[in-house]
Amino acid sequence: MKKDFNIILAGVGGQGIITLTRILAETALIEKKDVKTSELHGLSQRGGSVETHIRFGREIYSPLIRQGGADLIISLETQEALKALHYSSKKETMFLVNDFIKPIFGTKNTLPSKQIQKELEKFSKEVVFVPASKIVKEKLGKEVLAGVFLLGYAAFKKLIPLKPNSFLKAIEKVVPKRYFQLNKKTFTLANPTNYE
Amino acid sequence: MEKVLSKKVGEKVILLGNEAIVRGALESGVQFVSTYPGTPASEIGNTFYKISNLKSQISNLNLYFEFSTNEKVALEAGAGASFSGQRTLVAMKHFGLNVASDFLITLVYSGVRTGMVIVVADDPGCSSSAQSEQDSRAYSYLAHIPTLTPATPQECKDFTKFAFELSEKFKIPVMVRETTRVALQSGIVKLGKIVQGRRKGKFVKDPHQFVTMPPRVLEMKKELLEKIRKIKNEVSEKSPTNYESKRITNKKIGIVTSGVSYLYTMEALKEFNLNLPVLKLGFFYPLPEKKIKKFIKSIKKVLIVEELEPYIEREVKRFAKDANPKLQIFGKNLLPEIGELRPEIVLRAIAKITNRKLKIENSIKIKNLKLKIPRRTPQLCPGCPYWLVFSGIKTALKKMKLSEKDVVFGGEIGCYMLAGLSPHNIQDYLFCMGSDMGIAHGIKKATFNKQKLIAFVGDSSFFHAGIPALINAVHNKSNPLVIIMDNQTTAMTGHQPHPGIEKTGMGEASPKIKIEDIVRACGVKNLKVIDQGNQKEFVKTVKEFLQNKTVSVIIARRPCIFVK
Ligand SMILES: Cc1ncc(C[n+]2csc(CCOP(=O)(O)OP(=O)(O)O)c2C)c(N)n1
Ligand code: SF4
Repeated sequence: MKKDFNIILAGVGGQGIITLTRILAETALIEKKDVKTSELHGLSQRGGSVETHIRFGREIYSPLIRQGGADLIISLETQEALKALHYSSKKETMFLVNDFIKPIFGTKNTLPSKQIQKELEKFSKEVVFVPASKIVKEKLGKEVLAGVFLLGYAAFKKLIPLKPNSFLKAIEKVVPKRYFQLNKKTFTLANPTNYE
Repeated sequence: MEKVLSKKVGEKVILLGNEAIVRGALESGVQFVSTYPGTPASEIGNTFYKISNLKSQISNLNLYFEFSTNEKVALEAGAGASFSGQRTLVAMKHFGLNVASDFLITLVYSGVRTGMVIVVADDPGCSSSAQSEQDSRAYSYLAHIPTLTPATPQECKDFTKFAFELSEKFKIPVMVRETTRVALQSGIVKLGKIVQGRRKGKFVKDPHQFVTMPPRVLEMKKELLEKIRKIKNEVSEKSPTNYESKRITNKKIGIVTSGVSYLYTMEALKEFNLNLPVLKLGFFYPLPEKKIKKFIKSIKKVLIVEELEPYIEREVKRFAKDANPKLQIFGKNLLPEIGELRPEIVLRAIAKITNRKLKIENSIKIKNLKLKIPRRTPQLCPGCPYWLVFSGIKTALKKMKLSEKDVVFGGEIGCYMLAGLSPHNIQDYLFCMGSDMGIAHGIKKATFNKQKLIAFVGDSSFFHAGIPALINAVHNKSNPLVIIMDNQTTAMTGHQPHPGIEKTGMGEASPKIKIEDIVRACGVKNLKVIDQGNQKEFVKTVKEFLQNKTVSVIIARRPCIFVK
């Protein structure tokens, strides 16, 4: 690997972002990389924006990704992707966005995804929209699995330089036993050979 | 949690800074832990709470854990345990240290018997603190308490262990000061051996140590300052917590830094492929004066990278006067004093002093983006009991033909401070825990009890610091309407138990302390306990109580949806 790999996870409280952060960190550890993450706790549980940082590589100091320093931004909600633009660069950054809008309280109009996508494209290398929430809801009945689905998508499409198998080991370590099979199923469902 | 308790010595696991502190305490044979919750320190107490509820573990570890009523009580209880020979850890967020400070300052005078570590978590940038941004290192000077500032989870563990040793050796409490990005940073930690706490406590009388009274008190101060001098010369100057990176190429420019700022510094040097000498200070108080002087002697420019107040910078300026008067000193002229540092802020400062170009592409365009999405303001959970309090009050006012403008709404810290946001918008002031009823009383007095006022107080907040203010309002005769938001938990910080719940930090049953009994005992005559689910009754009572001539209290008792 040429350099450190920097991932931003964005979304809203309740989407399981802290768990996804743990899974990513454990996956990096399994592949014997140095790893750091940063998260915030507190009021965010009640529907505020959530953003976590995951960095791995040979030797990682900062828990935070610098402005314009993300390799991959995974946004579990479409509008939240815009907030993560701060970390994006034209040269390096790829956006993986859940095509899913959670209305913002107190505002009538949500921004159309198409418009958001256009903006994201201006400032990043590539933007991919995936209807993860819709897929997991249809196939597994639970919207909250969208995050694990996106992780699977990123892993199988090699958007993250870590092996799908390591992810599965990490998922087993991180999620409670009774949910492991469901998470594994979600993760592998994201293998494009399974659903495209 | 399994990771925090893992018996595999040498295993590398990923821990949060706060979890690493717990592990460090367990590897030090900690026996007594007390806390009052508060982000970003909460995971320390929460992790001990989980451990304490595992019956299998607790007997092995000889560990006692409690959620105390407030931070001052937590610190006092911890001190009592340390006076009696138990290794003690007390954890709190920065505001908690303000509450505990009266006791802290004296405690450092008397000193302790066995190792006592006080963990304090600051929150630069106020990502989870409503009231103020504070640099608790001020207390290091004010109280003369030895202070360590870890940067990584590994250091959180190592420094905690070191703090126990230091505390025990010099019989002085030691502070470990974290910030949000340390406490909630996760990284790889190499585990050591968990040590079972052994000492059975016994308080051995020693009034010479534990009774502070003039003229002894000034003697104690003298002994304290002597201890600090010794710690500085014998420990801080030699401690591996203060280290200098290898000097290789550039010998003209150096950086002095500590805590998470060190990590941003190293990242920036990596990005610029620069090899500047860096002095990382893990020991904040007392600072290793000789080491710093030696470092600044041979350089021409120094940049001090620290978050919030320029405490290290001031000291470096002082030391430079005799070590290197020509030294150019940079710090807060390039770095902000408000908010947290971030990698790009440190990058810019380093670019500046090394005359390097730094271009962060698109940054201005992104900042000026037309497509702005509004802030997601936090909301009460669907089904939260507070919805019914706020709507009930609005209905009552309407029925009384009062406008919301005619009533002052006092707020306090907790989930119920969302009263200040849309759609409720009923919060006219918000300060610290326990302040609401105190302020309410003053407003009432100043307005000759004419302006109507409703003060919200959470149940945990009421126990924490509310009671003296309520007594004051009764005794000094004002008449606010107090609504105690009894959701049966300390919700905002993660649903910890409090004295109104029949369960202790050890998971044991305990007598329920009824808020209504306390309120009555404070002399309040107008009191009603209502489940606001009964809106009719609630509205009726608000209407009635707003007319009362003496203090009125409604205990709105309905559990938070997370309470089982
Ligand atoms: C001195 C101090 N300690 C801790 C905190 C952190 N804190 C903020 S809100 C809160 C909980 C308050 O609980 P409660 O009053 O029951 O209100 P709820 O969140 O349940 O509505 C705590 C502990 C603080 N702000 N100040
Ligand atoms: S956590 Fe509990 S008290 Fe806080 S908003 Fe949610 S339901 Fe209400």
